[in-house]
Amino acid sequence: MAFAAFSSTAPPPTTAPPPTTAPSTDPAARRRSPVALFLLLPGILYLVLFFLTPLVSLLLTSFQAPREFGDIGQYDYAFRWQNYVEVVTTYWPHIVRSFSYALAATFFALLISYPLAYFIGVKARKWPLLQSLMLVLVIAPFFISFLLRTLAWKQLFSDESFVVQTLKALSLMAPEAHVTGTAFSVIFGLTYNFIPFMTLPLYTTLERLDVRYLEAGSDLYASPFHVFRKVTIPLSMPGIVAGTLLTFIPAAGDYINASRDFLGGTGTQMMGNVIETNFLVLQNFPAAAALSIILMTVILVIVSIYVKRSGTEELL
Amino acid sequence: MAVGAFADRGADLELVGIEKRFPGFTAIENLNLTIPAGSFFALLGPSGCGKTTTLRLVAGLEEPTSGRILIAGADVTNRKSFQRPVNTVFQSYALFPHMTVLENVAFGLRRRKIAGPVAKAHEALLLVELDHLAHRKPQQLSGGQQQRVALARAIVNRPALLLLDEPLGALDLKLRRQMQLELKTIQEEVGLTFLHVTHDQEEAMTMADTIAVMNKGRIEQMGEPQQLYELPKTSFVANFLGQSNLFTGPVVSTTSTAIAVDVSGQKIVVPLERAHRVSGEVTIGVRPEKVILHAEAPVQDTGRNVLGPGRVIDVSFSGVSTQYLVDVPGVGTLVVFAQNMVFGPAAHVGASCWLSWNVVHGFGLDDDPAQSPRFEADLDTKTIAQQRRSSLLTELEEA
Repeated sequence: MAFAAFSSTAPPPTTAPPPTTAPSTDPAARRRSPVALFLLLPGILYLVLFFLTPLVSLLLTSFQAPREFGDIGQYDYAFRWQNYVEVVTTYWPHIVRSFSYALAATFFALLISYPLAYFIGVKARKWPLLQSLMLVLVIAPFFISFLLRTLAWKQLFSDESFVVQTLKALSLMAPEAHVTGTAFSVIFGLTYNFIPFMTLPLYTTLERLDVRYLEAGSDLYASPFHVFRKVTIPLSMPGIVAGTLLTFIPAAGDYINASRDFLGGTGTQMMGNVIETNFLVLQNFPAAAALSIILMTVILVIVSIYVKRSGTEELL
Repeated sequence: MAVGAFADRGADLELVGIEKRFPGFTAIENLNLTIPAGSFFALLGPSGCGKTTTLRLVAGLEEPTSGRILIAGADVTNRKSFQRPVNTVFQSYALFPHMTVLENVAFGLRRRKIAGPVAKAHEALLLVELDHLAHRKPQQLSGGQQQRVALARAIVNRPALLLLDEPLGALDLKLRRQMQLELKTIQEEVGLTFLHVTHDQEEAMTMADTIAVMNKGRIEQMGEPQQLYELPKTSFVANFLGQSNLFTGPVVSTTSTAIAVDVSGQKIVVPLERAHRVSGEVTIGVRPEKVILHAEAPVQDTGRNVLGPGRVIDVSFSGVSTQYLVDVPGVGTLVVFAQNMVFGPAAHVGASCWLSWNVVHGFGLDDDPAQSPRFEADLDTKTIAQQRRSSLLTELEEA
């Protein structure tokens, strides 16, 4: 009905309605219009079905207690908050490791991606072809499954690999040392896998960076270093925040890179691996659920503090 | 002058043999220019004449292909922009959007580690009457206010040389007039050297002590506004700085005080000291407001040049004056500005009329009427493609 007023084919009303009752001219009526709600419905349904329901289920599972005289993997709904105490006391090194690895990977990804994005977005503006080519190269790894790519790195880092053999031959590595299964290889894998997620948001911000601000900074006695620190960085903050969030959040929960089947070892297990083991191997569903809830809460707290501190609330 | 201190007075600017080539075209060709300390100098020209490039060269944002730039006698050609005692008011203002107005103004002071940057920034904001908005972000200000912040951000540093890149272009007429006066007052108060780049001839004439008219990478003529207006040297200056009626013809006789030029059979006299060329084919002219419209043939007078009869082809009223277009057969269309001393126009469209002006008001140009184009045309396809691209880019930026 709201569109009838605009329709040119609609027959003219025999009596002109008072203008206030016309649905298209009265803002209050438009606000109450069910069309907006109707349009939101699929999204809301989707969220309720696939986010809210699992979340509630996860929360309930995390408080479950083992069934008396039950089999392995049999639990009853209860309010066993001790689950949380148990997982924290058992797995605190994994929790700490998860966040420190994710932090390190985010840091290195930013270190590599920022100059790359700056080159593509600012320096290469004069050559649009080069710009597109480099963007394609950034996205190119997505054409191969990241599992395969991570496995490829495992091959490259294995003890028999050319890289490791050469390093050992040059005495740059101790003969008994390994690369896979170390913190280095896990952080390397995380950094490598998340670089595109860091580069793309940085690129979109830097691509819009007005170089006239940089010229103004230089005109006002700021050296290139100061221009970068005082003008370029603050102006690219939205990209930095988006990129670091897109890297940090999935990296903290990642269980592929740190897995023993890929780049990790027994000493590099992260929360994702522990959750996986608890759920699939030990069938300790409450512990896995409690760990998931802890992971989610800690990420939420860290992210909200970070966004608040970086002064880009308008982003979210 | 060291970058770490305030300039106590303006500095001379000297450009020696400056040349700037971009791929495919020459922006500036052999530019020599000296701007004395404490003057308000305007570089006037149409877009694409090289005036903004000149400004960017002085600011250090572009490097000259050849030539030297001296500020207060010191060669700064190889110094980066942040090492030059120069500040710019940019056409786009380029106010940092992530800083408040106050932080913007204090930026240069902080970088040079000058004591009390906040207090000095407030002082500069008081000068442009915007101190009450010191804690706003630039986006929250109107165009005119942003322009004044940009000005405060530059002058707070007391640069020996202040560069203004068409800073008033975005303002409406009334605000622009007000800002012109304010700029002039500030320049006189502070005693700095101002280099102002503009395409607005009226702005240049009201503000500057000296104007250099630039065209196609070269300075056509330089001098005081009145001198440029009354005695233009080239047809470009004659038409860019106000309007002119120009005629071309051979010099038919020369006396000790004047030359006579034959313009389609009518003899026009120009004083010798106002003619740049005195023999052969010459171009002469007169300003439209100096020409008087007569309904009947005026009495012959050796002190006046007379053209006619002609026919009025257009009359347009503009308040203070009326502009007439008069077609004189064989000579062309002339423009006449007449003060509105009586109600209604003095002549109507289609009326026949005569034109006259005092001999001393005529001028003779230095142009060779059969002049060749100034720059050799670059005609290979790559060059043309590059030029098309750069012109499209500037068009897009302006849009």
